[in-house]
Amino acid sequence: MSKNFVEFIIDGKKCMSEEGKYIIDAAKDNGVYIPTLCNIEGLKPKGACRICSVLVNGRPMTACTTPVTSGMEIENNIAQIEGIRKTIIEALFVEGNHFCPSCEKSGSCELQALAYKYKMLVPRFPFMFPIREVDASNPKLIKDHNRCILCKRCIRGIRDENDRSYFAFKKRGHEVEININHEMANKMTDRLARESMDICPVGALLIKESGFRTPIGQRKYDHLPIGSDIEK
Amino acid sequence: MSKPILATASLAGCFGCHMSLLDIDERILELIELVDFNKSPINDIKKFTRPCDIGLIEGGCCNNDNVHVLKDFRKHCKILVSVGECAIMGGLPALRNGLPVSDCLEEAYLNGPSTKDENPEGIMPNDVELPILLDKVYPCHEVVKMDYYLPGCPPDAELLWGALTALIKGNELELPYEVIKYD
Amino acid sequence: MNDPVINIIEKYNKDYTRLMDILIDVQDEAGCVNEDAVHKIADAIGISVVDVEQTLSFYHFFSSEPRGKYTVYLNNSAVAIMMGRDMIAGAFEQEAGCSFNSVTGDGLIGLFDTACIGMNDQEPAAIINNEIFPRLTTKKVRQIVKGMREGRPVEELRGNDFGDGANSHELVRSLVRNNIKRKGPVLEDGYKVGSVIREHLTNMSPREVIKTIKKSNIRGRGGAGFPTGMKWDFCRRAEGDQKYIFCNADEGEPGTFKDRVILTEAPGLIIEGMVIAAYAVGASEGLLYVRHEYKYLVKYLNKVMDEMRAGNLLGKNIAGIDGFDFDVRIQLGAGAYVCGEESALIESAEGKRGEPRDRPPFPVQKGYLEKPTVVNNVETLCLAVKILKNGAAWFRDQGTEDSTGTKILSVSGDCREAGVYEVTWGFTVNDVLKTVDAEQVQAVQVGGPSGALIGPDEFDRVLCYSDLSTGGSIMIFDENRDLLKDVVLNFMEFFIEESCGSCSTCRILPVLMKQKMEKILEGHGTEQDIKDIKEWARPLEHSRCGLGHTAANPILTSIKNLRNLYERKVKKDVEFDTGFDLHKAIREGSDAVGRIPIAH
Repeated sequence: MSKNFVEFIIDGKKCMSEEGKYIIDAAKDNGVYIPTLCNIEGLKPKGACRICSVLVNGRPMTACTTPVTSGMEIENNIAQIEGIRKTIIEALFVEGNHFCPSCEKSGSCELQALAYKYKMLVPRFPFMFPIREVDASNPKLIKDHNRCILCKRCIRGIRDENDRSYFAFKKRGHEVEININHEMANKMTDRLARESMDICPVGALLIKESGFRTPIGQRKYDHLPIGSDIEK
Repeated sequence: MSKPILATASLAGCFGCHMSLLDIDERILELIELVDFNKSPINDIKKFTRPCDIGLIEGGCCNNDNVHVLKDFRKHCKILVSVGECAIMGGLPALRNGLPVSDCLEEAYLNGPSTKDENPEGIMPNDVELPILLDKVYPCHEVVKMDYYLPGCPPDAELLWGALTALIKGNELELPYEVIKYD
Repeated sequence: MNDPVINIIEKYNKDYTRLMDILIDVQDEAGCVNEDAVHKIADAIGISVVDVEQTLSFYHFFSSEPRGKYTVYLNNSAVAIMMGRDMIAGAFEQEAGCSFNSVTGDGLIGLFDTACIGMNDQEPAAIINNEIFPRLTTKKVRQIVKGMREGRPVEELRGNDFGDGANSHELVRSLVRNNIKRKGPVLEDGYKVGSVIREHLTNMSPREVIKTIKKSNIRGRGGAGFPTGMKWDFCRRAEGDQKYIFCNADEGEPGTFKDRVILTEAPGLIIEGMVIAAYAVGASEGLLYVRHEYKYLVKYLNKVMDEMRAGNLLGKNIAGIDGFDFDVRIQLGAGAYVCGEESALIESAEGKRGEPRDRPPFPVQKGYLEKPTVVNNVETLCLAVKILKNGAAWFRDQGTEDSTGTKILSVSGDCREAGVYEVTWGFTVNDVLKTVDAEQVQAVQVGGPSGALIGPDEFDRVLCYSDLSTGGSIMIFDENRDLLKDVVLNFMEFFIEESCGSCSTCRILPVLMKQKMEKILEGHGTEQDIKDIKEWARPLEHSRCGLGHTAANPILTSIKNLRNLYERKVKKDVEFDTGFDLHKAIREGSDAVGRIPIAH
């Protein structure tokens, strides 16, 4: 046993974890759910969505990129932080064009699930209704930029055997979009196309020729809030 | 004490939200005990005949007539509620947002598969009696002040029932996880 | 095979981390980096084309399409506009026959906007094919465009009315003027570069250097104000077989131009500071990251470094210190404000998008190429030399308790004496206004857009880290300026344009806040809108970097300090206004079917 264990506190609850684990994972081990849209286990964290923001010893930090250290005091489920998270989710809703009723991912979409969790009835911001493209030129995948929340999961998670990118950011600021290497993506295996769809937290990457296999009403977040599997 | 007065309208919507209201099933009998209806497609009263307590709006605003009706509701109703995704965020009609209006009209009346051969003179509907399309479909709260929002496509009958009874009785609205849905 | 693109890639050893240099050279060679070049680069380096495109599309001065044989980048920041930028833009459009952000049909002239180019003391100014054209007039514009039509080289268009000091140096030859109005330890005359290395460094251990720097209490001059000695010490203690010293000369904060002047008049001092830092932390390589706008200085800077190499002030066994090897190379940026943030600067130097990194780890632990890296501002490094020369006590005796030493201010806007002032911390805003001869001042922007806009009742506030902290940008606005429209909105647009887009907060919220500002300016605002705008800014604190943290400052500080400007604009008689305008909304639909836009 070479691993060091450290004690830390989340919202008053004493927790324990391996030293150096990211807060979000350490919290999970202790039955505490910290919401996120960009983080995914096994991928290098990116701190893009900022939803996992917590207060670490009073300072705002992202739980997906900050390793736990001994004696850390973390505030997660407090009004200030939950308010920030809800605001960010609402901002993401108005930034793109999220027409849930017509989306294949509805019910298993993580953005929507978080909006359900935070009981968003209407975003506080005016809708931007940006003009965004749907790219269906690839034989296996549809990329719908209307729904993309720019979490970089596909960029980080979908690579070829030489660690080359299928996806990357293009442009900057509010014009950022996901760019596909079409040459590579045209030769994508069915499995990798499926993985691309699954890694996307929203409905921005969809595989072609198959949809609505699981009826609306029976999907992942239709009955239980996101994070219920962690907070038992 | 007289009963609260309810009015409803469907703007740029599909009437699905009104249908969902009917999904409260036999409780519709309870509802008519609780409220009186004024302007509404449910009773076919076309014009407000008195001030109302609650107005339910389905659909967003896609033309000037929608704006007119919505403003009329705002004037007559103490409480105005956006019911369903279209009222809240434009919904499917708002898929046209971002496209020039002329592109939409040309697709519908000149180049669409069902009109291409039927409209050789290229006539656009421009009678003065017709409403004028807005530059985009507006969510209701971007046109007038709205007081409450009930999401869903359509909103679950339980959500509608719960919200209506809470409003009528002045109770706090409870929102269990399963009733808030956007699909 | 003599393919220029391939030659360039090979010049940089097909090294992914040199992608910035490759793209800059290809762009210089071909006028743009087209799809074909992108493929060649990707293939040669062995990366995906989208990874080339992600860097290419990030930077303002890169383009995948030609931007004209002559490419005009005209500054559109607040002070430039105050000094007549719009008239100059109009003249360029009229003479060239194309509008901004486009290229003439014949491909001869491209006109583009650009953020502050570090010439606020001589606006309106443009960069044309890497040459600076300051103090433009409509007459000059006519001559310039005429010259372009005649196919003259850009040096001829520029003319020979060179500025003072090294601006006239044969390797610079620029029209830029220094406008040094007050000299201090950085810009003083008579210092012989290398004398501190030779006379002091040779007698000191690295620990002693750090001790002296710590004792001086000097803090970073870029704006963030981190204690320099501590930074060096962290880096010294960090584990790494290789360590790096970065000099951050990417001054992009609108309104600051002091680094331009230091690069012009005291480049040797900067490099000397890097040498000292390298000695202190145990680094063997350095990198001077120069913003693309200052490309006109690069040849000169390289010559200065060559002279230092010849004088044994760079290279092997520097000044005879056995085993102390250190050298510096210049890395050019390509137009991105966010790269002034140290971790974004490192990413950029590695050939990537200038997206800040998550911390921890900090650059002093894991920086350039994952190795411990110190990133210091130009001015900080220069001052480090003088601290070693004159002692920590000399430095500490100047300034205030918490802000020791001197600070160079870049002052511009409505005043008679715009330019560079080296003052001691503790100067008040009133002192500044008196010194630069400014009258009827309505407001002052201290610290650039990321700083604060303050009104007359706060002009007695003090420039120092604990009150008005600043990287040195001071912009003055007199009573005739429309602050909300010409200043606050302009700065918000700047932040929107310069966000890297990685954090949801900084990518989205400033856009929404700007829309809300426009609603207020159009007369549809209410008290509630002012409240909303303050509330909407809150998540920005949770952004990754300083750009995100401060992106709402133009609005927030103006609400806080000049609230009456907003009160005058908002409606008092209504609680709520959606801002919906029916007549505007039906215009397009009426036009589409040929109807008169009348509706009730």
